[in-house]
Amino acid sequence: MKNSVAVRIADFLSHFPPFSLLDQDQLELIAGEVKVMYFEQGKMIFAKDEKVHDYFYIVQKGAVDLQKMGENEDPETIDKCDEGDVFGLRPLFAKENYQLNAIADEESVVYAIPLEIFKPYAISNPNVGNFLMESFASNARNPYSEEYRGKLIADEEDISLNKKEALFELQPIPIIKKMVTVAPNTCIQKAATLMSKKRVGSVIVVEDKKPVGIVTDVDIRELVATGRVPISGMISEVMNSPVICYSKGLTIAQAQLTMMKHNINHICITKDGTPNTKVKGIVSEHDIIVSQGNNPAVLMKAINRAGSTKKLKKIRNKINILLNGYLRSNIPLSHISNIVFELNDATIKRTIQRCIEKIDQPTPVKFAWMSLGSQGRKEQLLNTDQDNALVFEDVPEEKLEETRAYFLKLATKVTKRLNIIGYEFCPAEMMARNPKYCLSLSEWKEQFSDWVTTSGNDEILLCQIFFDFDISYGDVRLTNSLSDHIFDILKGNRNFLNRLAAQALRNPSPLGFFRQFLVEQDGEKKDLFDIKKRGIMPLTDAARLLILEHRVKNISNTSERFEKLAQLEPNNKEIYQACAYSSRALIKFRTKQGLKHKDNGRFINLEDLSKEDKIKLKRCFKTIKEIQELIKVRFEATYYL
Amino acid sequence: MIGKWFKKKKVHDDLPYFWQNYASSFEEKLPEKISEVRFVVFDTETTGFDFEEDRILSIGAVRIENKSIEISDSFEVFLDQDRFNPDTVKIHGIIQNEKFEKISELGALKKFLNYIQNSVLVAHHAGFDIKMINKALSRNGLPKLKNKVLDTAVLYRKTRIITNFIDRDKVYSLDEIAEAYNIDLIDRHTASGDAYITALVFMKLLSRLKGHGPNLKDLLKIRK
Repeated sequence: MKNSVAVRIADFLSHFPPFSLLDQDQLELIAGEVKVMYFEQGKMIFAKDEKVHDYFYIVQKGAVDLQKMGENEDPETIDKCDEGDVFGLRPLFAKENYQLNAIADEESVVYAIPLEIFKPYAISNPNVGNFLMESFASNARNPYSEEYRGKLIADEEDISLNKKEALFELQPIPIIKKMVTVAPNTCIQKAATLMSKKRVGSVIVVEDKKPVGIVTDVDIRELVATGRVPISGMISEVMNSPVICYSKGLTIAQAQLTMMKHNINHICITKDGTPNTKVKGIVSEHDIIVSQGNNPAVLMKAINRAGSTKKLKKIRNKINILLNGYLRSNIPLSHISNIVFELNDATIKRTIQRCIEKIDQPTPVKFAWMSLGSQGRKEQLLNTDQDNALVFEDVPEEKLEETRAYFLKLATKVTKRLNIIGYEFCPAEMMARNPKYCLSLSEWKEQFSDWVTTSGNDEILLCQIFFDFDISYGDVRLTNSLSDHIFDILKGNRNFLNRLAAQALRNPSPLGFFRQFLVEQDGEKKDLFDIKKRGIMPLTDAARLLILEHRVKNISNTSERFEKLAQLEPNNKEIYQACAYSSRALIKFRTKQGLKHKDNGRFINLEDLSKEDKIKLKRCFKTIKEIQELIKVRFEATYYL
Repeated sequence: MIGKWFKKKKVHDDLPYFWQNYASSFEEKLPEKISEVRFVVFDTETTGFDFEEDRILSIGAVRIENKSIEISDSFEVFLDQDRFNPDTVKIHGIIQNEKFEKISELGALKKFLNYIQNSVLVAHHAGFDIKMINKALSRNGLPKLKNKVLDTAVLYRKTRIITNFIDRDKVYSLDEIAEAYNIDLIDRHTASGDAYITALVFMKLLSRLKGHGPNLKDLLKIRK
């Protein structure tokens, strides 16, 4: 009798080495003995110096960090395992204790493979044995991963982590294997269309699989766009020939030299290194730069080329590494948040774009995807919840529900994928897939008018969330029209602003009478300090209120709002500037905490803080107190509602 | 030990040995700490939703201890039933006379009781599965299940935030929860596949419900 869960596990294993090297029966046998383990974010799977387990591990869902202890006992992530990656191989080879920490970087499900069951295969099947040896020798996990991913994922760069800088130039060159090739008699327009579709900067012209020429973006610009060769001409008329070829073993240093010598930025890789054999791949100058590590421009490009949600998730993990590096090197937060915002924004855009393509049905009318809350304010540094909404162009009454149905379908797809990438579903269902927040332009206007005039507590809360929207995708005229509408209905509505003010004061300055921190009184987070509720939100609420009062459009970032207010009210300049500073400081604080504890950084254990940090925090809270005093006086607001 | 056994025998004198064995496992107190408790997550596939008319076609279960599932220790039986309902075949795909190795209802119950012992039972919409099994037990002249029971549908609702913006009385299907928790739905509608998905959901729920307390009794207290 087959165990159907084991069959399912065997199926998963069969996609990844070393298991892919085994046959179905062997896999099912192993799967039947697997232990399925669940780890919360931040939980240790094994620790350095711990005695080796009777298992090794493969990540089924989630991500696991492998960490080395740095000099000052600061753990440094040296590798990140995600779906299908094997780790913890040490016990297969040595009896000594683990050398690394393995820690769940996010909520993870891990399969533990018992050594006793697996060892016979490692010994009897030389391929399996070799794979494991190489994995182990590379100290991390998966020697195939670079090459392997290259094979699986079409035409995109591999962005590798922390390559050893010193040896960098002697490393083998990153080769793109899925290059675009055309025949010499291909029409130029067709070739250019292909390049644009595949988002590549070059095509190799082949005859009999052998390279006869290469055409790059530059050639098209120089020869075709200038009119020297008609667009209907053949690609062979514009190609560079002969092609500079090398064989696979080329190092980065050699490639750089060759490019300099010939003044080219692409090298073709063939089987034996001459133009007389089959094309195996292409190397571009850009790819060399890319392989040097993480940089935002590269990540951005990778996002725009990503062909799967899984790939976007991997990039998302790299964004976090980048973020960590930025914070360590003390780069100004405004700069960091701009970059991270752009990368997040590109991820959302790419996801929406892919979903539209998937639906296979053109969007019926123009629409705009709005990000709300922290992403809308460009303050989302760590993965937090997704809050979004959708507005579409007005359609005739009888078309309304049909149109909505299309956009709900789209939004369901998008939100689901964003969730996989790491933006968790909004627990209050404030997402575009909720029919309440997927509305036509006039429905939204009506909805906003309704919230502003009714303004009970729920409505005020909704206004606070929805007023900070930022367009992520689509037609900006729709969102502009919504912003205009908001300012129209708020004109002269002092009552609403007063209520908003009261709401902005609901979380008083977090310092108690004796200047001690106010911590949570009960519940799961007892005795922890809630930096979001007591630090960041009061400032965000204050900035929104004051900027609405001044009727300033299109600034949604809290510290930028305060900077603007400092210009508008020179007499309060100092306090606004202090607020802008505090807002950035608190977000930075939260982000650091979040990265350290692998969570959203919201709840802080005060005992973890240094004296210096505590003083810094207290200074921010003093600012909160002052801005709240200002609001209290200006809006005649009371704490009572 | 022998004394205990005799005492039990007095109560269940007329009942078969496997039931007595099952019943006596309850003399052992359940551990306090959730991490030490043995949970059995199970699911049944049935011919329909009528407790009198319909029959269990298969039972699948996995055991969770300290947030881990031993696959070798999972449970799966297919039952030989006279009743057959073509309408539900399209849901679970179990057709009559298929080449699964099938056993009698009594045989399946015997195996199941032996497997669960005094574990805490977990199922999605647990009420249905428990009642189905209790009906089967009673058809075979046996008393009801004695285990403590947790329902993942109820626990999930408890993890939803308290706000006026969502419908808190909504009943969540296993599919919806799995999607929210990013669990792949491959073997839906086989008893073991569903039990396995429910088990993953349950482990994720446990970490989200930590705030309710570290002990089993805190978990058992969670009601609608």
